[in-house]
Amino acid sequence: MLEQLLFGIEVALNGLMTGVLYALVALGFVLIFKASGVFNYAQGVMALFAALTLVGFQNGQIPFAHLINAVLGTNVHHFGWHLPALLSVVMALASMVLLAVIVERLMLKYLINQEPVILFMATIGLAYFLEGFGDMMWGSEVKKLDIGLPVGPSDSIESFTYDLFGYGFFIDRLDIVAAIVAALLVVTLTVFSQYSKIGRALRAVADDHQAALSVGISLRFIWVVVWSIAGFVALVAGIMWGAKSGVQFSLSLIALKALPVLMLGGFTSIPGAIVGGLIIGVGEKLFDFLLGPIIGGATENWFAYVLALLFLVFRPQGLFGERIIERV
Amino acid sequence: MEIENVTLRFGGVTALKDVSFDILEGEICAIIGPNGAGKSSMLNVINGFYHPDEGQIRFRGEHRPTLPPYRIAHMGIARTFQNIALFRGMTTLDNVMTGRVTRMRPNLMKSMLWWGSAEREESENREFVERIIDFLEIQSIRKTLVGRLPYGLQKRVELGRALAAEPSLLLLDEPMAGMNVEEKEDMSRFILDVNDEFGTTIALIEHDMGVVMDISDRVVVMDYGRKIADGPPDEVRNNQTVIDAYLGVQHD
Repeated sequence: MLEQLLFGIEVALNGLMTGVLYALVALGFVLIFKASGVFNYAQGVMALFAALTLVGFQNGQIPFAHLINAVLGTNVHHFGWHLPALLSVVMALASMVLLAVIVERLMLKYLINQEPVILFMATIGLAYFLEGFGDMMWGSEVKKLDIGLPVGPSDSIESFTYDLFGYGFFIDRLDIVAAIVAALLVVTLTVFSQYSKIGRALRAVADDHQAALSVGISLRFIWVVVWSIAGFVALVAGIMWGAKSGVQFSLSLIALKALPVLMLGGFTSIPGAIVGGLIIGVGEKLFDFLLGPIIGGATENWFAYVLALLFLVFRPQGLFGERIIERV
Repeated sequence: MEIENVTLRFGGVTALKDVSFDILEGEICAIIGPNGAGKSSMLNVINGFYHPDEGQIRFRGEHRPTLPPYRIAHMGIARTFQNIALFRGMTTLDNVMTGRVTRMRPNLMKSMLWWGSAEREESENREFVERIIDFLEIQSIRKTLVGRLPYGLQKRVELGRALAAEPSLLLLDEPMAGMNVEEKEDMSRFILDVNDEFGTTIALIEHDMGVVMDISDRVVVMDYGRKIADGPPDEVRNNQTVIDAYLGVQHD
């Protein structure tokens, strides 16, 4: 019985860690939604693209190699160097900032004062474009992402818990790193948005475009900043997911799991994204552990969505979202 | 500021037709007229939300090219809106602080890397903002989210945000709409004080004729997108065209 309970706790802990990864993706959605009222469908693909770019730089892949080979009849694929992890992270980050500038120049600039649904459609287009572009640029095979993060089960935790409970907890060290990184990210972003002048300008733009312009805030600059930050969060999420399960195109599907996370946490709350991610992560693991065998298993696929539906019925603004009040 | 032969069209509708008038430095200039006369459009042209199809704006004697509104804010033109456009999710203090954008250095990298300088800048600006808050007598609601404030106070916070920019020209779009007599008196006093103490030039749109005649140095009257009169309050009050526009012409 005790064994069973401890195993349950271990399952919950692992769920907590998966939840952190969901939360990282959800965080990117919340940032852009808060600052521009746009639901950025491309956030998941951005995480994929960031991870692809990182691996590409690190392994010295030649961008568009397939295309070049097809057109010129050559057979190039690698520069033949291997960049240090830190340098390639910085380069990938620079690429995400560049992407933000390009998105603003070619897309958002023309959509000022448009309905949110139009911007949403534009981000769907961006998602598909980016997916194809990433494929063309770096190739579609599954890639290993290794920037020196610790992976594998933590022996010390296992032996420590074994001594304590007579049962060794199996926890991936990468998950612990992910949890720490997510916590740091949330603290930094919260401090940045609450206490810096750029953060204040971001919130101003989110509240009222016209008023923000009238006090001298450039919408276009703010959008580049927001999309850069979202790109940064996407890179972090991409690194964590990539290190866990390899950089593959199914990564963009994880974005879908971020949706129930957002419905739980509320679209406008940074802590909400984290708590929502954790609840979904733990919830789906525990549900599967407790009730999975009774109702035939594979509950992880749908549990999050059912939970989100329940929330939509009883608390549509999510746990931390702003209450929607319309004055009549 | 000189407005010269400004015409503004929206598709087939001509919102402003060949309007010219000056706003002199240091004066309070009221723009009045019936609904739909083009007053708000005029203000939107001045602060750059709309660009005139014909004519030009001269600011401090120089032709002003077509610029986005945030650049015009940096030239020292601040405004308030007819239907209060505050940042509802922020406190009074943060709203007024946002008004300081044009007075703060826009150096993102530096403020990220060198926390000390950003902090000093923040506290310097904070001092000025506190003075504005004292001036408008809104100390008690400093930390309140503006979305929760009553209408009259929101209008005051919006004025505070505009003042925080230390503008040389302040545009007020119906600053007293929907206020009771007492609130109107307060607002009138603030407007006069701002003009007095800071020497700010003010252009305002207002429907309450009593207030307009009391506080403005000059009145510009508009009707159907045209300017129909321009002069000191007393003169405008007795102008036949103005009386016709407001009371309708008697057909006999």
